[in-house]
Amino acid sequence: MSGNSEPRKYKNPVLNWIEFRLPIISYFQKEYGEYPMPKNCNYFWSFGALATITLITMIVSGIFLAMNYTPHTEMAFDSVERIMRDVNYGWLLRYIHSNGASFFFIIVFIHIVRAMYYGSYKYPRELNWILGVFIFLLMMATSFLGYTLPWGQMSYWGATVITNLFSAIPIVGEGLKTWLLGDYTVGNATLNRFFALHYVLPFVIFGVVGLHVAAVHVHGSNNPAGIDIRSKNDTVNFFPYMLIKDTIAVCVFGVLISAVIFFGPNLMAEVDNYIPADPLVTPAHIVPNWYLAPFYAILRAVPDKLGGVLLMFGAIAILFVLPWLDTSKVRSCNFRPMYKWFMMLFFVNFFVLGYVGMLPAEGLYLLIARIGLVYYFGFFLIITPFIGWIEKPKALPLSISDVYLGGGKEAPVPVSEKEIH
Amino acid sequence: MSEKPDSKRRDFLQLSTISIGAVGTAAFIWPFLKSMNPAEDTLALGTTEVDISLIEEGQSITVKWRGKPVFIRKRTKDEIDEAKTVNIADLKDPEEDINRVKKDEWLVLVGVCTHLGCVPLGQKLTDSKGEYNGWYCPCHGSHYDTSGRIRKGPAPENLAVPPYSFLNDTTIKIG
Repeated sequence: MSGNSEPRKYKNPVLNWIEFRLPIISYFQKEYGEYPMPKNCNYFWSFGALATITLITMIVSGIFLAMNYTPHTEMAFDSVERIMRDVNYGWLLRYIHSNGASFFFIIVFIHIVRAMYYGSYKYPRELNWILGVFIFLLMMATSFLGYTLPWGQMSYWGATVITNLFSAIPIVGEGLKTWLLGDYTVGNATLNRFFALHYVLPFVIFGVVGLHVAAVHVHGSNNPAGIDIRSKNDTVNFFPYMLIKDTIAVCVFGVLISAVIFFGPNLMAEVDNYIPADPLVTPAHIVPNWYLAPFYAILRAVPDKLGGVLLMFGAIAILFVLPWLDTSKVRSCNFRPMYKWFMMLFFVNFFVLGYVGMLPAEGLYLLIARIGLVYYFGFFLIITPFIGWIEKPKALPLSISDVYLGGGKEAPVPVSEKEIH
Repeated sequence: MSEKPDSKRRDFLQLSTISIGAVGTAAFIWPFLKSMNPAEDTLALGTTEVDISLIEEGQSITVKWRGKPVFIRKRTKDEIDEAKTVNIADLKDPEEDINRVKKDEWLVLVGVCTHLGCVPLGQKLTDSKGEYNGWYCPCHGSHYDTSGRIRKGPAPENLAVPPYSFLNDTTIKIG
């Protein structure tokens, strides 16, 4: 693992020639061949690879869609319908892209759940977590911009509602909104720039993903026990063991996404978006994409415009500081008897917020959204720091190999803590 | 040569180089940012003239001005009374009805909810008019009264009154 300054020697002279001038061969060999993965990692650790593959699928299908799409208010809707009806396999490209977006979020949500449950965000992977939250933010922005492009009713009014969020900012808000739109309302200028940004942001995401992966490779991957790698016995090489495991995960994922693309391509779509955008008629019930719904629920739960906007963005911003809100040194919730249940409840709560975010904001739904909002922030600001102080964690295994031997009865102090100081 | 004056000279050169560079960069970025603001042709879409002779009492029409819907409503006697008798102190965005209209029976409003920009319902006879008999925004539940003032819900302000004038008894110029 440790970098040696001597260039590696390969049997193939072409590889040697490249390696001597640009040590990219040894880099890939080191990071994707010999890279040691903790041997107890379960299938939750395949979701990073799944997310990367989905990102590439989205970029490729998006480029081909762009070849037939016209970003003009008069033509956008028709050009999408033309893709669906007349362009060869256009329907497939579009359904891959639209359902790919939904599956991208499903994968990333599971990836985040894994990082939270097994404490992957803690020392020494804080920056890795921050980069991840940043990717999540970019994904939300990109998907919002992309949702505007078909220029249906939901596209138009979704864009109107979201850009109006900025007008809540005192003094500069209205000017900022007009600057973002390039017009007084969502119009042709808006559609053009949204298309330009929707095209470029995925490449930015790709770059940040590169940093995200490079950062996790510095200290190695976390694992379900949440303890550090102690020896070679604790790990297996990425190639071929993890590559094969990830490949199986990709196959299962391929079956699932194909089932949706071919048999229920509009399951996660909004019917109203098949009506062309009409600036004079708002649909009776505006709903965001399902993956943005939990944050939309938070926005609507607050009876004040600025307050709602602040809490909605705050709900994402608070993720950045999670590594410092958590006062426990134990990473994995498997060894945290109290926090584990609050964590589970947090996931359920997030799901419930998403559910009510898709329903009208009134009566019981509004009440549920408010309770969900309180728990969301309470979990981060009160429960997470407090439980870390009072909870007595279970004994951690002495090493990853020990997990399989059933040992670790006399190790109340986490191994990671000893190594820190 | 002593070290001190030299290092001061260095500091000065360094600071001034950085400052000039920063000013230059900012000046370079400005046209790019400014290009995203509404273009001249967008700004030029100034005024709309509307014939209001066919609107019956209690009816509304929607016209487009600067890409936004504008509501023009010929109010009934009851609606005018309702708008005038409200206790101003109870309102979220206090404004007298008299300051929102030029002629009592004609109410002209920008039909964009001041919360997040949806178009409120209440223009058609079959629409829900909300609890205050004016307009109701279906997006996040804001209720407006017969003067277009916010009465209930998350919207912070009354429906805006656009600049307009009566060219004659049957024509309004908006903008």
